[in-house]
Amino acid sequence: MTAPAQAPAPGDRPGRGRYSRRNRGERFMVPKAEFQSYYGRPIIKEPVWEVPDVPGYLFFGGLAGASSVLAAGAQLTGRPGLTRVAKLAGLGGISVSTVFLIHDLGRPARFHHMLRVFKLSSPMSVGSWILSAYGPMAGAAAVADLAKLLPPTGPAATLTARAAAVAGPPATAVAALLGPAVATYTAVLICDTAVPGWHAAHREMPYVFVGSAASAAGGFALLTAPRAEQGPARRLAVLGSVAELAARQLLERRLGDLAEPYHQGKSGRLLKTAEILTAAGAAGAALTRRTRIGSALSGLTLLAASALTRYGIFEAGMASARDPKYTVVPQRERQQARTRLP
Amino acid sequence: MAVTDEPYLPGLTGGADPADRAGWREHPARMGFFTDTSVCIGCKACEVACKEWNDVPEDGLNLTGMSFDNTVGLSGTTWRHVAFIEQIAPRPPEPEPADENSGPPSDALRWLMSSDVCKHCSEAGCLDVCPTGALMRTEFGTVVVQDDICNGCGYCVPACPFGVIGRSEVDSGAHKCTLCYDRLDAGMEPACAKACPTQSIQFGPLDELRERAQARVDTLHDQGRPEAQLYLENPENGIGGAGAFFLLLDRPEVYGLPPDPVVSTRALPTMWKHAGLAAAGLGAMALAAFAGRRR
Repeated sequence: MTAPAQAPAPGDRPGRGRYSRRNRGERFMVPKAEFQSYYGRPIIKEPVWEVPDVPGYLFFGGLAGASSVLAAGAQLTGRPGLTRVAKLAGLGGISVSTVFLIHDLGRPARFHHMLRVFKLSSPMSVGSWILSAYGPMAGAAAVADLAKLLPPTGPAATLTARAAAVAGPPATAVAALLGPAVATYTAVLICDTAVPGWHAAHREMPYVFVGSAASAAGGFALLTAPRAEQGPARRLAVLGSVAELAARQLLERRLGDLAEPYHQGKSGRLLKTAEILTAAGAAGAALTRRTRIGSALSGLTLLAASALTRYGIFEAGMASARDPKYTVVPQRERQQARTRLP
Repeated sequence: MAVTDEPYLPGLTGGADPADRAGWREHPARMGFFTDTSVCIGCKACEVACKEWNDVPEDGLNLTGMSFDNTVGLSGTTWRHVAFIEQIAPRPPEPEPADENSGPPSDALRWLMSSDVCKHCSEAGCLDVCPTGALMRTEFGTVVVQDDICNGCGYCVPACPFGVIGRSEVDSGAHKCTLCYDRLDAGMEPACAKACPTQSIQFGPLDELRERAQARVDTLHDQGRPEAQLYLENPENGIGGAGAFFLLLDRPEVYGLPPDPVVSTRALPTMWKHAGLAAAGLGAMALAAFAGRRR
């Protein structure tokens, strides 16, 4: 130890290693940054949300929201088969999504406390109100549609049919208007946290979620709707998949070094698989117009892709929360940028 | 005393004092902590006093190998946490002065000890995102969880930029430091500050504490300790100012603290704007899907 410059920097000891970066072409934003931590412990807390609850909540909510839009379009353009499956996807999706949400609560018996207040500053509060408005509408739309299946005999059946005819169209319309909100608010929900991998992506995440939702809704209809009525579902699936893949490119470019969890480890593998399945499903949807089995397989692929996308994004956020470098390095850089440019 | 859910909207509701902003018409001065880590001796009396007074459940008796820190961090069942860091002391910037009292000799091993606690942010992420109104702002400007309201959704946990609040495995609800709300109500100081034998934890009106902290850091600088720095004392930082701030002897991240925390809710208007555009995009995609051929 001769030169003072070699004296260890304060705090050298507890930090486990430095944040060394590989040069990764255009994603390389800043030179190698020094990184220190408290015994390598995370700074922020990893979310206590669980798998499959929360990824499932995100996926089924997206499926439901986009399906309600598809259902309204199908009803307006006279496609009864597509209308029925899309409405069922709306009701089924939102039911499963809500069950996942409640199951994930630490105190599920108090789920209704979500509706004690309306807080614009809480995406979960706003989302709970969106869900409470959307759920019954999606339900009414689906039930009114199923009422058409009842045998048309007797006064009770007539009454039911009349009620369905009155309640069905407005419920379908309101569900279609709220559907996009259901499909997007969850993106705001996860991004409004200190989780670096989510928060830094807050501009792009809603587009990824909407694309993924459209792709899932289209996929479900390809799997279940009569072939003659599948056209719009096919186009929605392709458009949604393209939008999702494009938004993910933007997201990862914006994140720079923070995109690491989107490429590495378990979350990286999930998202790579999701990307391949989305592309394959979209290609299948575009090319298999003539075969029932081809359409069904494409639909199934797209559903799996959408679910994996949500799961992968969930895990990428968790990974970014666990490693303190994702919290410390960007904050240090922000601080340095501020002192350079007062 | 009405309990108010804070109607805080970033950029929309003004006012410097968080109690004012939360709707308290008459309230005492904002109270907080100044933790001077330069006199912390790592006795953990604060940890014990906190657990005792607040009846916080025991959460593990483990040996971690992290110096004398077997508490590891703040959580739903740990509201005070003493960090222990063993490191080589920084060299004084000038040639070694002859005076023995002017700081530690170079290359000496030193121990940094710091008692961490909830920061009671002016713009509190946990409070902003809480969907039930369980988290609330008190008349003292502090942030408190109402256990009978919390449904354990866990949203507050990743919303905290410091990793303070946690969901307890004992009762599945969110918990954190209350700044001893009950003791404050009775005109007493929080249990940790009361128990601290070196006045490392100082409690009082925030304005007074800021002055005291500045004087202390000036003294340390005069004594040849240029590494002494205040952390979170600035009322215009990314959390709108903290109700608990610190004097540190090294960078915040060395103590496990974020160097430049910003509450995520500040970006909420941008997030909703993009969510709105994305939602419109879904409508547009659907229109395009139905505009095509009829088959």
